[in-house]
Amino acid sequence: MYFEVNSLKTYCSNGSGKLDPTQKSVVFIHGAGFDHTTFVLASRYFARQNYNVYAIDLPAHGNSSGDPLESIEMMSDWLYTALNQLGVENTALVGHSMGSLISLQFASDHSKMLRSMALVGTSIPMPVSDPLLNAAKENSHDAFDMANTWSHSKAAQLGGNENPGISMMMSGQRLYERSKTNVLYADLNACNNFTNSKELARNVATETLIIVGDQDQMTTPVKALEVASIISDCRTLRLNPCGHAMFAEQPNAVLDGLISIV
Amino acid sequence: MAKPPNFKFDTLSLHAGQRPDPTTGARATPIYQSASFVFPDTDYAVGLFNIERAGHVYSRLSNPTNAVLEERIAALENAVGGIATASGQAAMHLAIATIVGSGEHIVSSRSIYGGTHNLLAYTLPRFGIETTFVDPRDPNAFKNALQENTRLVFGEILGNPGLEVLNVPVISEIAHSAGIPLLVDATFATPYLCKPIDFGADLVMHSATKFLSGHGVVIGGLLVDGGTFDWEASGKFTTLSEPYAGFHNLNFAEEFGPAAFITRARKEGLRDFGACMSPTTAFQILQGMETLPLRMQKHVENTKKVAEFLLEREEVDWLNHPMLESHPDHELAKTLLPKGCGAVFSFGIKGGREAGIKFIESLDIFSHLANIGDAKSLVIHPASTTHHRMDAEALKNAGISEGLIRLSIGLEDSSDLIADLKQALRASQK
Ligand SMILES: Cc1ncc(COP(=O)(O)O)c(C=O)c1O
Repeated sequence: MYFEVNSLKTYCSNGSGKLDPTQKSVVFIHGAGFDHTTFVLASRYFARQNYNVYAIDLPAHGNSSGDPLESIEMMSDWLYTALNQLGVENTALVGHSMGSLISLQFASDHSKMLRSMALVGTSIPMPVSDPLLNAAKENSHDAFDMANTWSHSKAAQLGGNENPGISMMMSGQRLYERSKTNVLYADLNACNNFTNSKELARNVATETLIIVGDQDQMTTPVKALEVASIISDCRTLRLNPCGHAMFAEQPNAVLDGLISIV
Repeated sequence: MAKPPNFKFDTLSLHAGQRPDPTTGARATPIYQSASFVFPDTDYAVGLFNIERAGHVYSRLSNPTNAVLEERIAALENAVGGIATASGQAAMHLAIATIVGSGEHIVSSRSIYGGTHNLLAYTLPRFGIETTFVDPRDPNAFKNALQENTRLVFGEILGNPGLEVLNVPVISEIAHSAGIPLLVDATFATPYLCKPIDFGADLVMHSATKFLSGHGVVIGGLLVDGGTFDWEASGKFTTLSEPYAGFHNLNFAEEFGPAAFITRARKEGLRDFGACMSPTTAFQILQGMETLPLRMQKHVENTKKVAEFLLEREEVDWLNHPMLESHPDHELAKTLLPKGCGAVFSFGIKGGREAGIKFIESLDIFSHLANIGDAKSLVIHPASTTHHRMDAEALKNAGISEGLIRLSIGLEDSSDLIADLKQALRASQK
C-alpha cells in the first residue's frame, strides 16, 4: 500500500494481507540499500495469521520516494511519523542490519509502542569498512559486490537455497543494483556514524530476540552476542551456516524465530 | 582492499546450487525421485502453498534435484533464478505464457530453430498471439516491427542456420526503450561462451538437451530471469504488476521485486501448464554441466580444425561461421562470444541434393540425426530430411540451399573427424 509521510509517497507491503485495527501489528524495517522484498516470506506468514503487516520502504528505497535519510536517529523519527500516519500504536518491530539499528533507536525513544523486537544481523556499533564506504560514495558497482559477497556465507555464495530455483547471490546483487544513486552510501554512512548505540541498548526494556548468523561478516556473531548481553530482556537464535543475509539464507529458521517473538 | 573474489565459472559449474546432502553426506546431487514431500504439520503446509515457507510440495512445482540444476544455470547466467522444464520448447512456452497473452504480439528474429518458428508462426496465433519475424541483423527491423501490443522481443544468440550473432546490446536497448524485455535462446552458446544477461537480455532460455547436457540422453529445458527488467515501470505487464486472483491477489512485482518473473512463471505457468522436468533428467543434465567448460573448449577447438579443413576442400562451395573474417558478424562475435561461436555450423556441398545425400550416407563417425550439441559429432542434410518436402525455391526462401550440410562438432579426436569428412566428401562427388 502507498501512504504519505511528510507529504512524500511512501510504500509498505502488507504481505498480501488485510489491515484490521483490532489485530496485532508487525513492522519490518530493511537494511542498507534494500527494501521490503527482503521480508516477503515472513510478511506473508504474519499476514495470513491476521497480523497487520507493514514492511516499510524507507525514503528513497524500494517504492518510496524522497531522499535517503542521513542518520539512524532521523530514520527512527521518520518511522515514528510513518507509524502515526498508519495508525499503528503498538507493534512488534523486526529490523534487519541497518533496520536493527533503527529498531534499537526506536525502542529507546518509543518503548511504549513496542510489544517486542527482533534484531536480525545486528552489531553495536556497526562500523563500515573504508573500501566499502568509499566505493558506495562513488556509486561504484564494487560497493554492491562487496556488500553482497560479504553478506553471504561461503556456502550461500555457492547456493543451495531453501527457496527452490532462486539464486541468493544474484537476488542480493539485483536488489542493490535497483537502489537509487547515493542511497547505499547514505545508509552505510548512517550505520557507520551511529556510535552511541551501546548506551541506547542499555535503555532498551523491550523483549528482544537477536538472530545471529555464525558466518556473518557484516555484523559478526561476537558483536551480535555483545548486543544480546547488553539488552536486559534478550534471547538469541544462532543460525549455522548463515551469513548476514539471514532472510535469504535461512528463511524458515528465521521465520520460526520471529514467530517466537512477534 | 580489492573487491572480494567471487566463485568462478568452472567452480560454479561443479558446485552452484548444491551442498553435500545434509542427511546422508552424499557428495553427488541425489535424485529425489519423489512426486511429493511430507508436510511437518498443517500450518507449515499452508505456509508452503502460500509462499511463506521455502521448500517443496509436489514435483510439478519444484523438486530438490531440479532446484540444484535451476540454481546452477542461474549462477552461470548471472540470473536471479531459473526453472527446469520438460524440454527447450516448454521453456520457450513458459517464458511466453508468463508475460504474453491473447491479443498481444511478439517480435522475433526470423533465423530461429524450426520448432520455435512453428510455435510462433502457427500454434500461438490459435491462442491469439501473433509474431512478426525480422532479419536478426537489422536492428531497425526490430524497431519498426514493435507495436502497441508487443510484449516480447526474441532472438537466438546464434541464428539458425546462418549463425547470425544477435546484437544483444543493441536489440535489448530497442526493446527496453519500448518497455519490453528481450528473451534470448542461448542454446548454441551456453553460458560458457556467452551470458546474454550481461549484455542486456532480460530472460534466457536453453534447450538443455544440447550442450548443457552434452551426452544426448535426455530432453530438457531451462528458463532464467536476469532480474533486471522493471515490470512495474514498464506498465505493460499486468500479470506481474497487478494482483493475481489465481494466487490470492498476489502482486508479484511488488512482493518479489527482481524475482517477480521467475516466481510467477513457477507459481502459474509451471503449476498450470505442468511442463516440469523429471528429477532424473535434472540429475543427468547436472552431470553434463559439471564438465561444461572443458567440453565447450574442446567443441570450439575441434570446430576450428574441422572448419579449416573444409575450407581447403574443393568439394566445399561455402562455409559459414562467425569465427571466419568473411562472416558478416565476425566483429560482433569477438565482443559477444570471445571464447568461440559454438560447434554448430553449415557448409554447402558441390552437387546439391544428390551430393548431400551421398555425403551423409558415407559418413562413419558423424551420426545422421536431428539434434545438435552432443559429445558425439552429428550431421544433417536438411534438403533430404527435415525440409524434404520443399523444392529448391522454397528452400531458398528458408535460407537453406540444396547442398547445405549442418554439422555439430563433437569431442572426438579432430583427426578422426577430418578423416571421416574427407572420405565422405570424396564419395559425394562420385
Ligand atoms: C536453438 C534451439 N532452441 C530450442 C530447441 C528446442 O529444444 P527441445 O528439443 O529441448 O525442446 C532446440 C532443439 O533443437 C534448439 O536447437
